Amino acid sequence: MAGIWVFAEHKGGTFRKVVFELLGKAKELSGRVEGGIKALLLGGDEGTAEELAHYADEVYHLRSPFLDLYNCDAYREALLSLLEQERPSVLLAGATFQAKELFPMVAARLGVGIAVDAVALELQEGDRVMVRRPIYGGKALLEMVLEGTPQIVLVRPHTFPPASRRETPAPVVRKEVDIPPEKVRVKVKEVERAKEKVDLTEADVIVCGGRGLKGPENFSLLEELAQVLGGVVGATRAVVDAGWRPYEDQVGKSGKTVSPNLYFAVGLSGAIHHVMGMDTSKVVVAINKDPMAPIFQYADYGLVADLFEVVPLLKEELKKELGK
Amino acid sequence: MEIICFIKQVPDNEAQVEVKGDGTGVNVEERYGLNFFDSLAVEEALRIKEKAGGKVTAITLGPERSVEVLRTAIAMGVDEAHLISDFSLQEGDEASTARVLAEAAKKIGYDLILCGREAFDDSSGAVGPMVAEFLGIPAVSVVTKVEVHPEERKAVVEREMEGGKEEIELPLPALLTAQKGLNEPRVPPVMGVMKAMKAEIKRWNLGDLGLDAQEVAPRGKTIRYVPPPKRPPVRYIKGEPQEMVKELVELLRDEAKVI
Repeated sequence: MAGIWVFAEHKGGTFRKVVFELLGKAKELSGRVEGGIKALLLGGDEGTAEELAHYADEVYHLRSPFLDLYNCDAYREALLSLLEQERPSVLLAGATFQAKELFPMVAARLGVGIAVDAVALELQEGDRVMVRRPIYGGKALLEMVLEGTPQIVLVRPHTFPPASRRETPAPVVRKEVDIPPEKVRVKVKEVERAKEKVDLTEADVIVCGGRGLKGPENFSLLEELAQVLGGVVGATRAVVDAGWRPYEDQVGKSGKTVSPNLYFAVGLSGAIHHVMGMDTSKVVVAINKDPMAPIFQYADYGLVADLFEVVPLLKEELKKELGK
Repeated sequence: MEIICFIKQVPDNEAQVEVKGDGTGVNVEERYGLNFFDSLAVEEALRIKEKAGGKVTAITLGPERSVEVLRTAIAMGVDEAHLISDFSLQEGDEASTARVLAEAAKKIGYDLILCGREAFDDSSGAVGPMVAEFLGIPAVSVVTKVEVHPEERKAVVEREMEGGKEEIELPLPALLTAQKGLNEPRVPPVMGVMKAMKAEIKRWNLGDLGLDAQEVAPRGKTIRYVPPPKRPPVRYIKGEPQEMVKELVELLRDEAKVI
């Protein structure tokens, strides 16, 4: 086993939460194998690399003026230049839009296997890992092993607990990479940075609303509940298609797939395309006045009640509980 | 503009999917349709053609029944449709599919390739970027706006990533994957449907594309299929609203331990 690498996706020095989850999983796997854990940082400054060094056995910090902002051409060439010299057994990344664009290209170039959206990973004989991933929107799961080295696995965010920070930082190895400008064909311009809001895929708590909310103005009820819990608000397809909430809030098969610790399904029926986007949530609470709503089949706790009555009360009760 | 769309026939959201008792496969209820994200790709291709002229070709790889989605694409307005079927592709993975589609694209010729962000059945979204890599052309995934400038041989696209919105300029030929929000796919007009019923579908196998089974061998092996873990039956919390929320908060704290 030649080690496990973790792709440390970040934006302007802020890491995606999934990076720490992958480092935690890598640590668990590496207990049984040699080679250690390397965190791969592309772009970012020295402080970013130093922070990462508290979570891995070594940090590879790849630097080039082309790596300041994510650019799939530049990132791919940088990764390939490194992978030409050294091949880990396993390369882990989060199943984010960025990684889902970048790593299939890397896998194609190296001729190695890739598994996207893994929800479980287990070490098998030698250095092979068994990957489990949902198919048909979670109606079935597939267990597979990959060929080639590295085995590239993109893991669904919020699947594994995060690594703990170590007191002593590991060494940082800086590598200046030479990216031929002609290889960088796409020109990326950031036109709008995402609001400070936590992305749905990274949220610990999601309060999701459906058409039962009756109108966009009533989502403030959910915003307030989410705020008490440090969570974020999601929406169903019907709500997004009606223009009540932006597409980035959509949970479901044609939106985002989420796995928070706690998921509130409020005033939504639980159409299958919605369930496909949230059924790996750890704990689900459904609030709906229709006792026949399918969402109750996918919930741990069910409240057959009027959301307009129950949600404000729940917010107050949680405030009391959490001392806010 | 020569535009190619890669499309796929996938089971309906509502189709029953059951893992076989011995874990060797899944039984899927026979309810199929055009993959949602691919319908956005087809729509966008047609809109580009309406402005810039040219031809739109739809290609799918799959069993004979996949012909249905090609007919859907023709009904929407696509000019030509190709079905690639081969027994040796049954065990194929994303790389196998991408390799085959890349060869087909080379044979047909293209300025722009469009496909959906991912297919509803396996949802890996890897095929598009892989095809681009096999063809040596640039790619951008999850685009929500496309502007093509044929005379300058470039495209300007927009997309939303986790970190924010980006505007990307890239030279043609290129590959783009379609995200929700790109457009509203048209409903095929009756005339289109009539035309689609009679349209000729071109058929290819691996040999026609100059590939052999070795070249499209998968880079991963399925061990088995397993049913999803079952959630325990829902626990209904009853009583007056005030009692309900009190009990729920206690359960979330003491039993579920999530607050």
